[in-house]
Amino acid sequence: MTEFWNWWVIIIVAINILGCWGLLYWTRRIKESEEGETTGHVYDGIEEYNNPLPRWWLNMFYITLVFSIGYLVLYPGLGNFKGTLEWSMEGQHNNEVESAKRLYQPLFDKYADVPIAELAKIKQATEMGKRIFVNTCFGCHGSDARGNPGYPNLTDKDWLWGGSPEQLKHSIVNGRIGAMPPFGANLTASQVDELVNYVGQLSGNKVDEAKAAAGKATFDVQCFVCHGTDGKGNTSVGAPNLTDNIWLHGASKTAIADTIRNGRTGEMPPHKDILGDAKSHLVAAYVYSLSNQ
Amino acid sequence: MSETNSLTYNYRVVRQFSIMTVVWGIVGMLVGVIIAAQLFWPDLTYGIEYLTYGRLRPLHTNAVIFAFGGCALMATSLYVVQRTCQAPLISNGLAAFVFWGWQLVIVLAAISLPMGWTSAKEYAELEWPIDILIAVVWVAYAILYFGTIMKRKAPHIYVANWFYGAFILTVAVLHIVNSAAVPVSLTKSYSAYSGAIDAMVQWWYGHNAVGFFLTAGFLGIMYYFIPKQAGRPVYSYRLSIVHFWALIAIYMWAGPHHLHYTALPSWAQSLGMVFSLILLAPSWGGMINGIMTLSGAWHKLRSDPILKFLIVSLSFYGMATFEGPMMAIKTVNALSHYTDWTIGHVHSGALGWVAFVTIGAMYYMIPKLFGRKDMVSINLVNIHFWVSTIGVVLYISAMWIAGVMQGLMWRAVNEDGTLTYSFVESVQATYPYYGIRLLGGILFLAGMLIMAYNVIKTIQAGPDVDASESNNIKEG
Repeated sequence: MTEFWNWWVIIIVAINILGCWGLLYWTRRIKESEEGETTGHVYDGIEEYNNPLPRWWLNMFYITLVFSIGYLVLYPGLGNFKGTLEWSMEGQHNNEVESAKRLYQPLFDKYADVPIAELAKIKQATEMGKRIFVNTCFGCHGSDARGNPGYPNLTDKDWLWGGSPEQLKHSIVNGRIGAMPPFGANLTASQVDELVNYVGQLSGNKVDEAKAAAGKATFDVQCFVCHGTDGKGNTSVGAPNLTDNIWLHGASKTAIADTIRNGRTGEMPPHKDILGDAKSHLVAAYVYSLSNQ
Repeated sequence: MSETNSLTYNYRVVRQFSIMTVVWGIVGMLVGVIIAAQLFWPDLTYGIEYLTYGRLRPLHTNAVIFAFGGCALMATSLYVVQRTCQAPLISNGLAAFVFWGWQLVIVLAAISLPMGWTSAKEYAELEWPIDILIAVVWVAYAILYFGTIMKRKAPHIYVANWFYGAFILTVAVLHIVNSAAVPVSLTKSYSAYSGAIDAMVQWWYGHNAVGFFLTAGFLGIMYYFIPKQAGRPVYSYRLSIVHFWALIAIYMWAGPHHLHYTALPSWAQSLGMVFSLILLAPSWGGMINGIMTLSGAWHKLRSDPILKFLIVSLSFYGMATFEGPMMAIKTVNALSHYTDWTIGHVHSGALGWVAFVTIGAMYYMIPKLFGRKDMVSINLVNIHFWVSTIGVVLYISAMWIAGVMQGLMWRAVNEDGTLTYSFVESVQATYPYYGIRLLGGILFLAGMLIMAYNVIKTIQAGPDVDASESNNIKEG
């Protein structure tokens, strides 16, 4: 802050603290009144004694004043004055981060070179991974990793981007962006309805056979590029398998029709700057262990 | 209520505000019980947008602070100023304007907050047209109050009026500065400030709403009704001078303790902390002066439930104003901030202090306003006292335990430095305490319903003659 504001802060702080002192000093000079003597004022029948200030209370007041002056010498408070301890929030944060790194990083680094599939069998490692997971990933995937609408369940064997240890770790470290384009402009309402029946049939649900057959014709033109001619999806573009009856964005006919018409986008943010490699490695092992016991 | 006699006090506006204190107390606390129930049963209101927690919570805080608390302050201040100045209000028309204007503000709040129209500033959520109305009504209230003081027959100004006066002046400044905004439509505006400055202005307002609205104003109540009910002189005139000036000077600084470890510059945080600590003694000055006023009349506490309300309110005031400075210490705040401990702290002040002193004052004043010596049933006052005391104790101990537990769970780390608990585990652990809190809230609300019944019966019973003589009611 500028010199003006610097002195502004210092002066009004001083006025307030010293003003309290002055107020207490001033009351000592008021003459002691006799026991039981009132000030002589009467307000609607209320009188006032003029008892001295309780000693313990005065002392408490002085102690807080002394403490405050001491604190403002040691810590920032008086304008631009940094305090004799040179303490700062940023400094405290950086120190804590540094000491945590020194203390804990070796524990994580210990597992950095162990292959994920093996790590998934080491209890201590998966527990470390789990603890990171429940505090980092729970917002989307849930504390139990079973996901939420639009956010995949990580405990089944259905993987949008592949479930191999390498693919898992890649998803965590670098993130993924999956997009299903909207087809509402390309398809008529009945074509959409037919497609809904066809993909329902792929997953083994009871559907209108005739509509499903018509839907297959559309599917083979519009959808096979990503989802494959057999509808089993493609992990290299994050296109879901449509034959396993797992529906990320809802299994109802309305939800599926909505997906076809309006498309969907999903984003898993990259965690390399949030967790770093060693912790991501452990999270990958934990997630891998959920479906590979 | 004619003005034929110069010593004819305007009790009409006091009666109106007193009745509405009870009514809004019930409404505000009922909304509080509903949101406490929502924390226990999250699907309670079936996702109806007008009844979601986010919209009802500001309705609860506004209703209990500004409707219940505001009506109590206006009722008692306008009663006390007339009686201690021996002067009637300067204008009955202005008094009626203040009453109806304030009720309009409350009704508009009750409509606009569930609609979701909010400026998103805590305890200042109301949108700009209502803010302007508040400012107008408040200035009218200030003119009414200070005008009456200027016309006083008594040579000096009684200490209760210092506190009421500080409350009225400061709240006007706080409200106008913090509500400054750029309107974009009738129901939407943006704060005139930005970033950390906006946060600082907000908590300068927010903490002084506690300091001047919920503390100074209610100390005004304390300074009149405790000596009156106890029939004893105030303990120490010089203590009232010292703690008054220290309190109003130091409270102004305490706001930054709401913003510890945030983007607010460190120097401001430190000042918020040290001045919060200095505030301990001035706050306790009021408690000492009130409780010691009872010396020589302690036996009255055994038989007089009104005095119980008043004195217990001071005990809670002392507790809350000890706890506040402790929570303002940065290392304690690092544990308590964002937990339910804060909610417990607020309610030990709001229920234990503000509501108790209000209830005590109302039980003293309401019969006198209607020409009676006492409430119809002193026994019901006693039952009210015990029901609410149990309610407050359940409420605040549940929130203390929950809050400290949350703080400890959030910071617990494993041997590898990872957090021991996920957030949802702390929510799960809090669940039973939300149940206890709900029970405490229901008891407190039940007490208010007992009060409403007693007040209705008292008004229906009508005046008893010798009472109006003994209370020296001069009314046309």
